[in-house]
Formats: sequence, structure tokens, C-alpha cells
Amino acid sequence: MELGERDPHTGKMTTGHEWNGIKELDTPVPGPVLFFLGVTILFAILWTTLMPAWPTVTDYTRGLLGVDQRTTVEASITAAAAERAEWSARLASEDFAAIAADAGLMTVVREAGNTLFGDNCAACHGARGEGNIGYPNIARAPTLWGDDPATILETIRVGINSAHPETRYSQMPAFGRDQMLQQDDIKRVVAFVRGLSDPTIDDPDSAGAQIFADNCASCHGASAEGMTEGGTPNLTDTFWIYGGGAETVFTSVYYGRQGHMPTWEGRLSQTDLKLLAAYVHDLRSHS
Amino acid sequence: MIAQLTRDERALAIVITGALATIGLAMAAGGRNDLMGSHGWIVLLLAGAVLIALMRGYDGPDPDPERLSRYYDDPTKVGVFLTLTWGVVGMAFGVWVAALLAWPDLTFDAGWASFGRIRPAHTSGVIFGFGGNALIATSFHVLQRTTRARLPDQLSPWFVLLGYNLFCVLAATGYFMGMTQSREYAEPEWYADIWLVIVWVVYFAIYLRTLARRTEPHIYVANWYYMAFILVVAILHIVNNLAVPVSLFGAKSYSLFSGVQDAMTQWWYGHNAVAFFLTAGFLGMMYYYLPKRAGRPIFSYRLSIISFWGITFMYMWAGSHHLHYTALPHWVQTLGMAFSVVLLVPSWASAANALLTLNGAWHKVRDDAVLRFMMLAAIFYGLTTFEGSFMAIRPVNALSHYTDWTVGHVHAGALGWVAMITFGSLYALVPWIWKRPGLYSRRLVEVHFWLALSGTIVYVFAMWNSGIIQGLMWRTYNESGTLTYSFIDSLVAMHPYYIARTLGGTLFLLGALCAAYNIFMTVRMRVPAPDDAISDAPASRPQLQAGE
Repeated sequence: MELGERDPHTGKMTTGHEWNGIKELDTPVPGPVLFFLGVTILFAILWTTLMPAWPTVTDYTRGLLGVDQRTTVEASITAAAAERAEWSARLASEDFAAIAADAGLMTVVREAGNTLFGDNCAACHGARGEGNIGYPNIARAPTLWGDDPATILETIRVGINSAHPETRYSQMPAFGRDQMLQQDDIKRVVAFVRGLSDPTIDDPDSAGAQIFADNCASCHGASAEGMTEGGTPNLTDTFWIYGGGAETVFTSVYYGRQGHMPTWEGRLSQTDLKLLAAYVHDLRSHS
Repeated sequence: MIAQLTRDERALAIVITGALATIGLAMAAGGRNDLMGSHGWIVLLLAGAVLIALMRGYDGPDPDPERLSRYYDDPTKVGVFLTLTWGVVGMAFGVWVAALLAWPDLTFDAGWASFGRIRPAHTSGVIFGFGGNALIATSFHVLQRTTRARLPDQLSPWFVLLGYNLFCVLAATGYFMGMTQSREYAEPEWYADIWLVIVWVVYFAIYLRTLARRTEPHIYVANWYYMAFILVVAILHIVNNLAVPVSLFGAKSYSLFSGVQDAMTQWWYGHNAVAFFLTAGFLGMMYYYLPKRAGRPIFSYRLSIISFWGITFMYMWAGSHHLHYTALPHWVQTLGMAFSVVLLVPSWASAANALLTLNGAWHKVRDDAVLRFMMLAAIFYGLTTFEGSFMAIRPVNALSHYTDWTVGHVHAGALGWVAMITFGSLYALVPWIWKRPGLYSRRLVEVHFWLALSGTIVYVFAMWNSGIIQGLMWRTYNESGTLTYSFIDSLVAMHPYYIARTLGGTLFLLGALCAAYNIFMTVRMRVPAPDDAISDAPASRPQLQAGE
């Protein structure tokens, strides 16, 4: 047995062990350590008695409080649904005009719609519906398929070029790649189309208008203002889905376009779909 | 390196690297249509290079028989440089990942630079590359000093150090190629995992063989911790990585576990990796370098015992607190929480034992930044373990779970505790084993200290703020009974904190660069230490237990 020595600084004895100059004091375990060890162990015993805790052979102890996370979460979901029941029932049953006229319901539409929109739509359409390259501005631009709330609801429900059996379907053909138009003609019609919304752009030889009438007007309309029956965009305003630069519009005409919007039926409840439609409509009327 | 090996060891090393190169060739050939093929080439190249060096050195003179009366520090020296290299690279990736969260375009459209790949490169780089090499290097040093026995042979320490780094290289390169088991901190695929098991068994054997030949009657606390680290990490690693490969020459494997059992196994592993890799191992480091640097006896031997058994026993149960409010049965969550709360006491007892050891040496803490690194590490260890037990309480976890608070908590531990104790220990260790009068620049250590401290504080405060804001935003309901904020709203709110986090990480990285430069210059100094310099060599010629 090694003999300890007295540490001059603390006056305590060492254990007598030494490893390459490292010694250890023989200090007893400080009282607070034992005290808190006792307190935390008591807490652990108490807590595991109150809550479901210890495994037995085929089961587990249920705890004196009878708490179980599954029943707790079921109860809180029921409570949350009850809290929303009043307005969600009215939202489901009333028509859009009645909803828009009801200040209380519109508060719900704006509050809940903001979050629903942010979690489901903003990734493509932007946080305030301002759109993104490839994704239309739905706050201010004319909508492709119509902007009354019922039509917006239908678009959200079935999507565009989506997997839904009733999906809205729309495609811009690839006029260049599929050899329906020569490159020079495409350039002419691009200049004409860009000139519709930008008076500073001239159609150099005025051939563009005729090419448009022969090839594009059937879908985009004779006045190029688009047709909601086919979801074709208005080409006379300043909004562009893919961009309005000469190269981008050329690409759109040459290779065609086919946008995609997923179907939200089944992912969101009927009430949430309706709420979103009312929200988007409201967003448009304020933008 | 090769000159230190005996002729038999050289022959054995040639056999081992030859076998490894052959396995590499087989992987490259058999896995040529799979990602494994690239790993085969890496193994072949690295093993081949060592093999050639061994064959060229085979006929060199036998090592000096006098060596057996000296400690064997060459593996530690190489380990120090590997530690610093992995540290700088791993932390640089950390800064990049942090910046990526603030400015998502920083992947430069390269697949290998996407978040999902460079994030594990960062975590594995700092935990396994930096932390692991630091543990291996210091454990060899501490083990010899505290047993007064030389490492049992010359070959096995090199096998462990270089074999371990081969594992780290396979891990990191695999991530960039898209290889992962999708298990956090256990991403490497099956063949890398098997290799690590072999390396790890040899590592534990070195410990047992050296302890068996010790000339000290008692086994020092640091060695309890190092051994707990090695033993438990082996168990965790083997169980969590049980998997069935799709084919012998394919990298892909499927875990033996599924569903909630899979989640529980993973977090039993994950939490104990924190416990036994990032805590027990580094406590071993602290228990040697802190009292040695302070020149003070350990405050209480009894407290060491209570803390050690408290930590090793309690941690094993705590993993389920990572799965509060999930499909994991409620009773498992309760147990995880209860044991996590008790765990606080032995954790704080360890921190207190370290800080109270400094009684009588506080003037040294003031003057010596190296010792101050170790003191600060003990403080952060205390802070982090308190926070950990607090976050394990179920209702607290309801707020903190899935938020940046968790990230802040991990970094309070990783930067404040693990990295600080490592840098402090390296600064102490380097002049000792290279026999230099001191470090190249003490002022640079001061600079590093303040960079590391400010970086950690900026990082941790940014993540506390960001995490608590996130947690609150995700649970705020409006009058209508629906969530007030969308997820993207919370993301927008995080942006300034993500920038602050990048700044904090950059400060910490700059500090690590100071350390690498300072240590490199210290080793390059051609000034030998005077005979009476502070050193960890025994005062009298040690009666070493010679190696084999």
C-alpha cells in the first residue's frame, strides 16, 4: 500500500498513486454531488412510476397517471378539430360569394390560407404569388384557366398536365423542332409577339402578324389575348411565364412548352382546397 | 518509420499490405460497374504505395535495440499531423455547409457538392478524422506514460493509425460519389465498416497488451476512459452497421433493422457515439493533459470513480430521447428521459473534478493559453451536458426537436469541448514528444484561443436564437386554430442566423489554421529542449517495460 503525502496547497492527503507525475487527492465525494445524485435518482424513480416506463416480459408498466402518447395526441387532434369545426363547416357548405361577403370567414381565409399557401404553393409561385421563371404570377397576371373562385378551385383540384384523370391539359407545340415553321419565320413571329406588349419593338417586315394569324391565333386568339378554355396565356400583357426576352420567346416557340401543376386532390382536404381557392382569389383582388 | 520495425514486423507488414492491395484489386475488378470499383482503386493505390515503401526498406539495418528503453512516439507524431489536416479540411467543409444554408447556390451545380454529400463529409471529417485521430494519437502517448510501458510492438500502432485513416478516406470519398447507408454518423458502407472493426480490435489489443505489461500498480483514470471509448464504440459500430450487402462486389447494403427498431438502434448508436467517442475518449485526454499542464493533483480520486461509472452506465439508456413524440413506444421515451436527467450529475462531477483540479493553478490559467483551452473545454463540457439533459426532458424536447437548437447544442460540445480539449492537449503534447523548449509562438496560441472562443460563442448563440425562434414559429397558432407561420416563413426568419453561424464557423476555422501553422513551425524548430525543460519524461531514467 502506497503512502499518501500532504498537498501543500489544499492541505489534503493524496492517494499515494502516481503516474508520470500525476497524483490524486483523496478528497471525499463532495456533499452536493451525492445530494443531487440522490435527487435525480428519486426523480427518475418517481417519473418512471407515474409514466409508462418499465418493460415486463410481454408488456410494460402503464404508470400511475395512465398517460399514453397515442391517446394524448388523439385527444389533442380531436380538440383542434372541434375548435375549427364552426368555420370549417361553414366554409365547406357556403358558396364563394357568401364566403367573400362574410368578414369573419375571410379573416380565417387570410390567416389559414397564408400558411396553406406558404407550405404548398409558394415553392413554385412565390411567397406572395408573384411567380417564378416557369411558374406564372398568380397574384396579378391574368390566370390561364379563369379567375373566378370556382375555376381556381378546379385548377388546384385537378392540376395542369398532372396525374389526375380529369387534369387540365395544355401544350404549346414545338414549331421549330417539329418543322412547322422555318427559323426565319419564328424570328418574325417572335418579334411580332414581343411587340404586342412592348411598343418599342418593331416587327421588321410586318410578316409576323400573318404568321401569327396562320399558326398561333387558333389557340392564343386572334387578338392574342389568350383563351381560358385551353389555358393559353395572354400575349399582349407584360407578364411572361418563361420570360419575354427574344431568345426565351424563340425557345418557347421553337421547342414548345408544357408546364406542370400537380393535383392537390387527396393531398389537401376538400375544405383546405376551397380555402386556398378563396385565398388566391382574395390575393388577386388585393394585388 | 520502416526503419523502426524489426525484420519480422517488416515481413508481416508486407504480407498485410499485400493482402490489402489484393483486396483492393479484387474490389476494383469485381466492382468495376459499381461505385465500389473506385474504392478498389483507392485501396489498391494506397496499400500499393505502402507495400513498395516496405519492400524498399526491408533490407535496411535492424532497429536500435536501445529503442526498447524509450517510449514509441512516432505513431503519435504522425497522428498529430493527421489530426490537424483532417481538422482543417473538416472544419472548412463545415464553413462551406453553413454558407450553403445561407446561400444555396454555393453548390456550383456540382453533384458532389450538394448538401447531402458535403454535410456528412463535414461531420465525418471532424468527428472521425479530427477527433478520432486525436484520440488515437493521444491515447498511445498517455497509455505509455501512465503504465510506464512501451507500446507492445512497432507494427500494430501503425496498422491502427493508417488503417483508421484508410477508413476515413473511404468514408469521405464515398460521400462525394453518393455512397451512404443513410445512418447519421454511420454513413460508410459495409466493407468500410468491416475494415474498421478489424482496425478497432487491434487497437483494443494494443491497450490490453500494454496494460498487461504495465509497471505501475494502478490503472490511471485516463486509461479507463480510453478503454471505455474503444470497447463501447466497437459494440455500437458492429450492432448499428449490421447489414446485408446486395452483392459481394456492390457498395449497396440494406440494414438488418427496419421501422422503429431501426430508428431506436440508430439513436442508441448515435447518442452513445456522442457519449463514448466524443465524451469518454476526450475525458481520457483531459484527465492526463490537464493535471499534467497545471502541475496539480486530481481533485478527487473518488469523484473520478463515481463519474466514470455514472457516465458509462447512464449513457447507455439515454439514446431514446432522440425519438421523443415519435412512433417509438412511450415507455422507451420515459426511460430515455429519466436516465438522461440522472446523467447530469456524473457529467457535472467530471467537469467539477477538472475545474477543482485547477485550484492552486489559476494563475497559470491566466497566463497560459494552453491550459486555458483545457479549462474552457471543461466549462463547455459542463454547459453542454446540462443543456443535453435539459433537452432530453420530453416537453422541452417538444420545442427543441428538429430545430437549430440541436445543432447549436452539438456544436457547443464539438467546438467548445471536443475541439478545445484537443487543441489544448496538442499544444501541450507537441513540445514534449518533439523535445522542443516550447511552442513556436505563444502569442499565436492566444490568438487561436480568442478566435476559438468567439467563434464558438457566435455559432452557439446564433443557433440558440434560430432554434428557439423556429420552435416557437412552428407551434404558434392563430385565432382560427391553424398554424400562423408556414415553413418558408421560418426559413426566412433563419437567414440572418445562418449568416452569423457561417461567421462563427469561419472564426473557428481561422483558429484551427493558426494551430496547424504553429505546430508545424514548432516541429520545424531545430532548438532542442534544455534538459531541465518541462517535459513528460520521468525525472529519472524510466524503468520501462520493454516492448516485444
